[in-house]
Amino acid sequence: MRKTECLAMILAGGQGSRLGALTKKIAKPAVPFGGKYRIIDFPLSNCANSGIDRVGVLTQYRPLELHNYLASGSAWDLDKKEGGVFILPPYAREKGADWYRGTADAIYQNLNFIDAADPDYVLILSGDHIYQMDYSWMLESHKQNKAEATIGVIEVPWDEAPRFGIMNTDKTGRIEEFEEKPAKPKSNLASMGIYIFNKDFLEKYLLDDAKDETSAHDFGKNIIPKMLKDKARLFSYAFEGYWKDVGTIESLWQANMDLLQDKPPFDLNGDWKIYSSNPSMPPHFVGPDAKVKNSMISEGSMVLGEVENSVIFPGVRIAKGAKVTNSVVMPSTVIGEGAVVDYAIVAQNCTISDHAAVTGEEGAVTVVAEGETVQPEAGSKQAG
Amino acid sequence: MKNVMGILNLQEDNGFIRELAERRSVELVPFAGRYRLVDFALSSIVNSGIINVGVMLPSNPRSLLDHLRSGKDWDLARRHDGLFYMPSVSADPSRKGTLKNFYYNLDFFEHHSQKYVLLANGSFVYNMDYDELLRFHQNTGADITLVYHTVSGQQEGESVVLETAENGLVEDISVKKNVYDGEKVSMGIVLIEKRIFIEMVRYSYEHGGEDLRMDTFVKRAGDYTIYAYEHDGYVAHVDSTASYYKASMDILQPEVWEELFMGKNAISTKVKDAVPVQYKETADVKNSLLANGCIVRGKVENSILFRGVTVGKDVTIKNSIIMQKCDIQDGALVENVICDKNVVITKEKWLKGAPNYPLIVKKNVVI
Repeated sequence: MRKTECLAMILAGGQGSRLGALTKKIAKPAVPFGGKYRIIDFPLSNCANSGIDRVGVLTQYRPLELHNYLASGSAWDLDKKEGGVFILPPYAREKGADWYRGTADAIYQNLNFIDAADPDYVLILSGDHIYQMDYSWMLESHKQNKAEATIGVIEVPWDEAPRFGIMNTDKTGRIEEFEEKPAKPKSNLASMGIYIFNKDFLEKYLLDDAKDETSAHDFGKNIIPKMLKDKARLFSYAFEGYWKDVGTIESLWQANMDLLQDKPPFDLNGDWKIYSSNPSMPPHFVGPDAKVKNSMISEGSMVLGEVENSVIFPGVRIAKGAKVTNSVVMPSTVIGEGAVVDYAIVAQNCTISDHAAVTGEEGAVTVVAEGETVQPEAGSKQAG
Repeated sequence: MKNVMGILNLQEDNGFIRELAERRSVELVPFAGRYRLVDFALSSIVNSGIINVGVMLPSNPRSLLDHLRSGKDWDLARRHDGLFYMPSVSADPSRKGTLKNFYYNLDFFEHHSQKYVLLANGSFVYNMDYDELLRFHQNTGADITLVYHTVSGQQEGESVVLETAENGLVEDISVKKNVYDGEKVSMGIVLIEKRIFIEMVRYSYEHGGEDLRMDTFVKRAGDYTIYAYEHDGYVAHVDSTASYYKASMDILQPEVWEELFMGKNAISTKVKDAVPVQYKETADVKNSLLANGCIVRGKVENSILFRGVTVGKDVTIKNSIIMQKCDIQDGALVENVICDKNVVITKEKWLKGAPNYPLIVKKNVVI
């Protein structure tokens, strides 16, 4: 087998319970985003664009749709003769089977996969962030620092810092201290959940951690603090640009709305393309009485009503007299005549019946779960 | 349908649609915002379950090869069967015509195991499933089955017109310059047993024939039992600027859009990764078709925008077809116009064609 310099492992098994109704049937990385993408398109496209062509995707929770979506990896040009996308669900061994008990345990259980690829470095990514990043620069910095581990960090507003894992570094970027959600942060450098490890170094810590009965087997909670305690060479790599954790309904909604700015904070169609599995659908049709403003609309949709400040995914039908504002409408959902959708995320394959209303408010976006039908009699669906 | 091989005959003369087909053959003319004409014939073949497809290449095949590549976008990149290319043959330089390539590629037909051959060309727009056609062919016991549609209104351009008995038996085949309401016009789709096809090609080429349609089918119609099968869905033959423009505007009817694209069988094309259309604050779009990658700040009415078109502020686009990556800058007005790829209409320029005679702006032109 050809040698892999840097192997990427994407942690895509999380349930995403804070996304509530949106992850009832699908794993968080499979949640649709930005009018045609899914969240996992971002780390996968970043890998493909960074020249990392061997990617393990660790799945666990409700993996069917995610597996189906990843397929051969061809959408991201990752269907390689050697390398490409590898789907890694938990599996049974001679002495029974375990679920992935934490992020570190998930990687630990796939050490044989890592050994087979025999990389110099392992890049750990999570499947719930929207950002465009060239990992090759982070790897370069890792090598220059002669680091054993490098953690991607981003500056966050000081008042938000207590919500993140905060890195305190010296002038050279070497990490001296890591604080999970500190009440009084000493820095505003938040961990992005992106790690590069020297392979042997990582393996040693994972083997130790697996033996530790008290460990939660989590990179942020156990592995990184242990490495720091051992005075290992941990460096930060500062990322500048758009980065959003879309782990909550509000942040997912906000990240979609960010795309609607006149000059969006990140460019999905620039040099750093985000790839996705493209449905075979025709250009969308906008009817004679339609009104569309400040919105994104994808292929295969038919808009006969009004759309404003909204993101519309493929194959959505918006009937005459319907009004969709400040909302995200996911694939193949039908919005009936005279229906009103405001401050809402409507998941795939829903039906909002004629004259029904789904309304939330800013800061309390309403969610309609996959496949649901909303009737007009039910009145306005409550925000929540 | 595994016992049928599909043959796309893409070596037709494209003189009739010169303005748009100047540097590409007619089957590669962009259509309906993101497709090429050939996508309709090829998708219909694939959606019917045919997995062995031979393509008779035009004399300059570069852009066609770039479009079809391995056939992956149509699921034709297969371990067995899949997509095969048959380039123009240099043998017999004194002989012209489409028949020669078939004659010199007969070993391809003989080599594959399929019992039937389905021929199609790349200048028609339709979405068909050939399953029923095959049953019809087997039930009638025909040597050859031709697929036709019934013309409504008058239609210009060369057409193959069929006259049939009530049961579909073809009594006459002729080539006409104009066709009228109610006439049965061939869609260029022929289903034939392979053994008979090979015999016909061999015979007509060895007797001086040049043109597959004329010399093999029309002239020898009397020697075979030919049945006609009607396709009653939407059909457009694109062979002139006028018919191209009309067919494009047909897609703006939601029923036609639904039938062609949103039924059980999708039309596939070469995949490109483009962002959904971005409508900005000042966008005003009515009765139009927009492909992904467009950014709209102006007014668009009764028009088709291909992938990656930029529409500036205070722009008006009306009754027009704007192809891939055109840039219509602030204040421009475009009416009854077909803009080929990469055209730039700079600020405040006005461009107007007549309603029945659209103005064509060639590829890469800056106005």
